[in-house]
Amino acid sequence: MTDTLTTPLPPLPTSAGTPATLSARNVGAWFGDHQVLEGVDLEMKAGQVTALIGPSGCGKSTFLRILNRMHELVPGASLSGEVLIDGDDIYAPTMPPIESRRRIGMVFQKANPFPTMSIHDNVLSGLKLAGKGFGKGRAAEAGDLVEHSLRSAGLWDEVRNRLGAPGGSLSGGQQQRLCIARALAVSPDVLLMDEPCSALDPTSTRRVEETIAAIAHEVTVVIVTHNMQQAQRVSDRCAFFLAAENQPGHIVEQGSTADIFENPRDERTSDYVNGRFG
Amino acid sequence: MSALLEHAPPPPPRSDERREIHPVPPRSDRIFVGAVRTASVSTLVVMGLIGLFLLLRAMPALKVAKWHFLTEHQWLPEVNKFGVASLLWGTILIALIALAVAVPVAFGAALFISEYAPRSLKKLLITLTDLMAAVPAVVYAMWGFFWLQGHLLEVSKFLSDTFGPVLPFLRVDNPDTLSSYSSSAFIAGVAVSAVVLPTITSVMREVFSQAPVSEREGAIALGATKWGMIRTVVLPFGRGGIIGGIMLGLGRALGETIVVFLIISPMFDFTTHPLQSGTNSIAPHIALRSTESSGTALSGLLACGLVLFLFTLLINTAAGFVISRSRSGAATEI
Repeated sequence: MTDTLTTPLPPLPTSAGTPATLSARNVGAWFGDHQVLEGVDLEMKAGQVTALIGPSGCGKSTFLRILNRMHELVPGASLSGEVLIDGDDIYAPTMPPIESRRRIGMVFQKANPFPTMSIHDNVLSGLKLAGKGFGKGRAAEAGDLVEHSLRSAGLWDEVRNRLGAPGGSLSGGQQQRLCIARALAVSPDVLLMDEPCSALDPTSTRRVEETIAAIAHEVTVVIVTHNMQQAQRVSDRCAFFLAAENQPGHIVEQGSTADIFENPRDERTSDYVNGRFG
Repeated sequence: MSALLEHAPPPPPRSDERREIHPVPPRSDRIFVGAVRTASVSTLVVMGLIGLFLLLRAMPALKVAKWHFLTEHQWLPEVNKFGVASLLWGTILIALIALAVAVPVAFGAALFISEYAPRSLKKLLITLTDLMAAVPAVVYAMWGFFWLQGHLLEVSKFLSDTFGPVLPFLRVDNPDTLSSYSSSAFIAGVAVSAVVLPTITSVMREVFSQAPVSEREGAIALGATKWGMIRTVVLPFGRGGIIGGIMLGLGRALGETIVVFLIISPMFDFTTHPLQSGTNSIAPHIALRSTESSGTALSGLLACGLVLFLFTLLINTAAGFVISRSRSGAATEI
C-alpha cells in the first residue's frame, strides 16, 4: 500500500486557510415549534478533529448544519445561542451567511459533486462561485490548485489523466473525495463532515480517514459519525449527543477521544460507545 | 399439490447449459399488460389514421398542385394556383413572435416560482399558472381582439418609428395612420404568447423544482449566492426542460387557431413586415375556408392540414428527444 500521507504536497498556489476555533454557546434549535437541540456548548479547537457521536435523531446533523448556516435553509427552522469563529458570531447581522459558509466548508453524507461539470471544474467551483475564479490567463495556477486539492483529498492519482471527465462519472467513494477536494480548494478555516463515509465501502472509508488525518493540521475538522471505530481513529475530541424521547437533544459528555472511549464519566456514554444501545 | 405431481419434475439442468430465466407472468399480469398495451398502441393507430386520412383527402389537391404546393403563396384554387408557402411562413412568424414574448417572461416566472417565491405565494402562483393553461383559447382570442389590439397599436407605432429607420422590416405603409398597424402578425403573435405562456412556465418550473436538493446544498455550502447556485445547479439541470418547454410552446403556437383567426386580416403574400396590417396562418385559414370550399379547394385545405400536422409532429418529436436526453427529462436522482 502506498502511503499517501507521506507523499509531499506541492506548495500551495493560494494562501491556505488557517485553522480556526469554532465555539457553540448555548445553542438550541427548532423546526417549527419542535425543539430538537437545547443548551449545546461545545468548543471545536483549531487544528483538531472533533467527532460528534450519538444515536440517530439526537440532533448531531442539525448541530453541524447550524455551524455553517445551512440550518436556516430548512423552512421553519430557527435557533438560539451563538456560534463563534475565532470569536466572531457567524449569526451576527453584519456577517453575511455567504461569508460564513466560505470560511466553514461542508462535506455531506451523500456525495454531491456537480455531475455534468468536469472533475477539474468541480474542484474550482467554489472559487468560481465566490467570484474568485481563475481567468484564462491563469490556467497553470488553476491547474496547481486542482492538483493540490485533489492530492489533499487523496484522489489525484486516480483522476490525474481524466480531469475533463464529468464529476458524475466517478465511483461513490471517488465522488466523496472530489467533494472534499472541492471544499478544500476554497481554503476554508473549518471543514464540517456529515457522516462522510456512511455510503462508502471500507477501502474508500480508509482513504477518506487518511485524508482527514492529512488535512487536520491546516483546517479544523468537525465530523458526525455513527461509526465508533472511526470516531476513535480520526478524532482528537468527542462530543456525545443524546435525546430522551420527545426531548430536545443535548450533549451528555464531551472530552478527549481517549477519555470518552476508555474512561467515560457518564454511564450513558459508556453504554453507547460500548455498543449497548443506539 | 396434486397438479404439480402429475407432471414429471424437469430434469436438473446441466451445469454448463444456459437456462431459461424469464418467468411466465401470472394470468392477471398478462391481462393487464394486454390492456395497457392496447391503449398505447391505439393512440399510435389513431395518430397514424389521422395522418393517413389527411394524406388521402389531400391527394387530389396535391396531384393538381404537385410540389408547387410547398412553394406557391397564392390561394386561388379556381385557377389551380394554390399553395401553403405564405401560410406556413405566416404560421412560423406568428409562432416565433409569440415565443419571443413568452419565453423570457415564462423563464423569469418559472425561476421566481420555483426559487424565490415564499411558500404560500408559490402555491397560489402554481395554481394560477395551471388555471391560465386551462382557460379556453377563445377567451384569449376575445381579450386579444377587444383589448390587446387597441393597446398594441401605439406600441407598434412606437417600434416602427423608433427602429424602422434602422430595421427596414419594421416599417409600415402609411405610418401615421394607426389602423395600418392593426390585424398584424405582431399583434397576433403577442396574443398567442398569452396562450403558450402558462404551458412554457409550467414545464420550466417543474424541471427547475426537480433540481436535486443535495446539489443545491452543495453549492450553497461552498458559499454560493442564490443566483450562483441557480447558475451552477438549477439551470444546467433544467436545460432539457427549458428547451423542451420552448418547443412544446412552439408546437402549441403553430396550431393556434381562434386567437389568430379573430385578430389577423388574411392575405396571401409573404408577411415581410410583421407590424403591418395583414398576414396569414394555416389553422385560421382552414377554419375560415372550410365551410365555403369543395372539391380541389377543400382537398387543398386538407393538404394544408397535413403540412401543419407533420410540422407540429416534427417539433414535438424533437422536443421529446431533447427532453429525454437531458438529466432533467430522465428525472433521475443520483
